[in-house]
Amino acid sequence: MSNNIIHTDLCIIGAGPVGLFAVFEAGLLKMRCHLVDVLPQVGGQLSEIYPHKPIYDIPGFPEIKAQELVENLMEQIKPFDPGFTLGERVEKLEKLENGIFAVQTSDGTVIHCKAVVIAGGLGCFEPRKPEIENLLNFEGKGVNYMVKDPEVYRDKKIVLAGGGDSALDWTIFLANIAKEVTLVHRGDTFRGAPDSAEKVFKLAEMGKINLILSSHLMKINGNGSLQSVHLLNKAKEEITLDADYLIPLFGLSPKLGPIADWNLNIDKSAISVNTEDYSTNISGIYAIGDINTYPGKLKLILSGFHEGALMAQSAFKHVFPDQKLSFKYTTVYGVNSF
Amino acid sequence: MIQFTVIDRNGESKEVEVPEDINLNLMELLKAAEYDILATCGGMALCATCRVDVESGLEQLAEAQDQELDMLDTLPDAQTVSRLACQLRVNEQLQGIVIRIKGDLA
Repeated sequence: MSNNIIHTDLCIIGAGPVGLFAVFEAGLLKMRCHLVDVLPQVGGQLSEIYPHKPIYDIPGFPEIKAQELVENLMEQIKPFDPGFTLGERVEKLEKLENGIFAVQTSDGTVIHCKAVVIAGGLGCFEPRKPEIENLLNFEGKGVNYMVKDPEVYRDKKIVLAGGGDSALDWTIFLANIAKEVTLVHRGDTFRGAPDSAEKVFKLAEMGKINLILSSHLMKINGNGSLQSVHLLNKAKEEITLDADYLIPLFGLSPKLGPIADWNLNIDKSAISVNTEDYSTNISGIYAIGDINTYPGKLKLILSGFHEGALMAQSAFKHVFPDQKLSFKYTTVYGVNSF
Repeated sequence: MIQFTVIDRNGESKEVEVPEDINLNLMELLKAAEYDILATCGGMALCATCRVDVESGLEQLAEAQDQELDMLDTLPDAQTVSRLACQLRVNEQLQGIVIRIKGDLA
């Protein structure tokens, strides 16, 4: 927990390419920026998912590797000395009485700013949940979507569900810790790492784990906390397992997360904006890049760059309400660092 | 022309006809035809919101690559007939197939 409030002009949520370039456009207009990203490094998808893949549609670069583009952007915004809060997810956004926005992260970092720029890309990656009626009632009371501390499961009866690498890996790992491990998979084969799949089959043969294939989760029961998991197999027979914990491991899917609760106009998991300045329905909050939507929207980095430029021109009036904005070319005036 | 059948979320079945040289993937085509899919990740096999179940003609399609298989493997409700529309090119392989729109809407 940090008690020091960070003060800035623009708080940019998301440090992907579009969030980074917004710092440049804001900097030209003398606006200071602070970026927040849930990932531990800058670059968003480019650094996290495809750092070595080439991108062919950045103007002026016939071909550039994703990570190289991120590095170039970091170089480009250096004169404007942005602040970074990485590895923390933005949880709360509120407008204070003096018109200042207060942005709060999962780790308690608080940023006060004059305008908020949401450049969140695909959103946050959250665990994909199976469709079980009373699943939510047992979250944190026996249902966990990730293994944070394996010791929690020592000498417990656990059921893991899923067929991907993480389901296989955790089954192997927890086989030595838990009292009883059951892995439930909808299919009858595993397409994940062959080594892990082989190990899981071997553990099942040795009786160290209980492997139930061609079956899926049907319901869960308990009294306050989880007590049993019910499956349905291919023959439509119900299987009941006593369980202290159920760990569904169905991968991560991109979600808007807390942003969805900020009273912004949302259309199909994207934030609706006015294309004049990429403002949202709340004055002082902008959305740029893949997270916004408008008629004709193209999810391209270059579109996000354009959106950032127009956003900055508009955000200026929130940061410097008494000043008149005059448009200047970098070729004429250069880039004047802070 | 390539013709195939799309069953929407309400169970309504429609014939789709597109030229051979359309040069789109199936997700892009479904979006363009205003079918109800999110396609959050824009075709990178990351979100699985463009999942379809191939009810007929699965064997005609090019086999799924690792990235698509990895994603399908993690889904709680994927079937052996499930594919990601973003990983399927719209070409003659789709001739006569029947798909049902499935991916998550939230």
